[in-house]
Amino acid sequence: MSITENEARKVAHLARIAVEDEALPALARELSGILQFMEQLNEVDVEGVEPMTGVTPMRLKRHEDVVTTGGMPEQILSNAPDAREGFFAVPKVVE
Amino acid sequence: MSDLNRLTIAEAGAALRKGEVTSLELTDACLAAIEGAGALNAVVHGTPDKAREMARAADTRIKSGDATPMTGIPIGIKDVFCVKGVPSQAASRILEGFRPEYESTVTQNLWDAGAVMLGKLNMDEFAMGSANENSCYGRAVNPWKAADGRELTPGGSSGGSAAAVAADLCIAATGTDTGGSIRQPAAFTGTVGLRPTYGRVSRWGVIAYASSLDQAGPMTKTVRDAAIMLGVMASVDDKDSTSADIPVPDFEAALTGDIRGKKIGIPREYRVDGMPAEIDLLWQKGADMLRDAGAEIVDISLPHTKYALPAYYVIAPAEASSNLARYDGVRYGRRAKLGQGDGITEMYEKTRAEGFGPEVQRRIMIGTYVLSAGFYDAYYNRARKVRALIKRDFDEAYAQGIDSILAPATPSAAFPLGAMDQADPVQMYLNDVFTVTLNLAGLPGISVPVGLDKQGLPLGLQLIGRAFEEGELLNQALVLERAAGFVAKPERWW
Repeated sequence: MSITENEARKVAHLARIAVEDEALPALARELSGILQFMEQLNEVDVEGVEPMTGVTPMRLKRHEDVVTTGGMPEQILSNAPDAREGFFAVPKVVE
Repeated sequence: MSDLNRLTIAEAGAALRKGEVTSLELTDACLAAIEGAGALNAVVHGTPDKAREMARAADTRIKSGDATPMTGIPIGIKDVFCVKGVPSQAASRILEGFRPEYESTVTQNLWDAGAVMLGKLNMDEFAMGSANENSCYGRAVNPWKAADGRELTPGGSSGGSAAAVAADLCIAATGTDTGGSIRQPAAFTGTVGLRPTYGRVSRWGVIAYASSLDQAGPMTKTVRDAAIMLGVMASVDDKDSTSADIPVPDFEAALTGDIRGKKIGIPREYRVDGMPAEIDLLWQKGADMLRDAGAEIVDISLPHTKYALPAYYVIAPAEASSNLARYDGVRYGRRAKLGQGDGITEMYEKTRAEGFGPEVQRRIMIGTYVLSAGFYDAYYNRARKVRALIKRDFDEAYAQGIDSILAPATPSAAFPLGAMDQADPVQMYLNDVFTVTLNLAGLPGISVPVGLDKQGLPLGLQLIGRAFEEGELLNQALVLERAAGFVAKPERWW
């Protein structure tokens, strides 16, 4: 399986990483190389094998559906690149 | 006492409790060592004021008779752990300026026990790498040098931790191991690195790479220290839903040095093509040491070993692409400068393009690809099925009565910095060939320095244990450590 420049552009966009057009051929080559390495997995007979979801056989813990913490907007916002009036600020989303 | 920074946790702890030395003296010795070790680039955010303050508090606590084995012990913390108010950025530009408002469970456990924080340690960005060359702080350097004087990698991703412990900048350090990131750097620097069973140590507050594989553990000068430190790092934690509800035993008490009758497996599939004769010889020597101590050495088969690397390099990037989606320039860290008319999509794309380094971008994109519609079954689901088979291999070996497995830790000794610059990414991935298997199976593993190669560089062997049997694993590692009698130290050049 090899990745075309167009597919590389699509993956970069899905991952929300800006990639210049000039960088696409190299990116496509690198990703293809890695995918080729993964092709080895096709040699394995996985008929009837369940995909693993977790390494320990335990059931995920449950807890009461109640609020246990909160009320700390200043701390939540303290690391934001742009926070105003108790909110995270971003460029205009809706025209 | 001179060279206080060269002490182990066990030695320093004993001296502290006897009143022969204070934590402040010990801490000052480490801070001075860090001061003189800029060339190693191991410590990336020093916290000397915090260290002295914590040391004074530890001295008071020791005087009051309330000391734990870690009280007053100065340690380094891998940059991947969130420490309240201290830069914690997993060696990434995208977390520039981030100062957590909360503390990771592991570091909280260490501070509660009275350990002293010296600073944050270098690593590969988001723990992705095997040479500590993918770091926004620049490369960490191995205190061991090649015979020709070239600078070597300390390994990765916990390269700064390994370099700091090997160079006696701290008494011990924390690391994390997703595919070998504790054990490979330990092997490259002649130190001990323990990756615990998945679920033994809380992941709360540890910046995530691949959540089903990540596990924090100790990086120390001796096996005994690893036992002491794991006992403090491990806990049952409600804040981590995958934290195992299994009580933390006294790991140090398991260090009896008696392994008579234990069955230790030698997996034939680990004998890979092109493995240097030195590594093979070391492996045989290790088996002899365990046999001499009364263990039974048994040949075993782990048939799917060969597929561990490709499965890992599907699963880990898939989880990473999802975990790292949170770095969007909105809630923390860096946001790119935006141009006129740039909207929110441009903000995400520019922020992530300039915030993530090349290897992290590569893994996010590979992860995005294998999870995308049309490829999910072919790559991601197939890899998860292969992972189930890899775990089954281990289950079957252990069901036959094997107590642990002995294998090399790495396919070579530390390699020169920059040696892989021109290599394609897959070549770098091959470094993890002996370490990733146990991450996929969730098992504990420990790397112990056992010898030197012909260049005089340290080589390590790895023991892989049963799930939640770290005590027994540590005991076997102790036997190996004693039999090997590894005492070599890097000659100081930095």
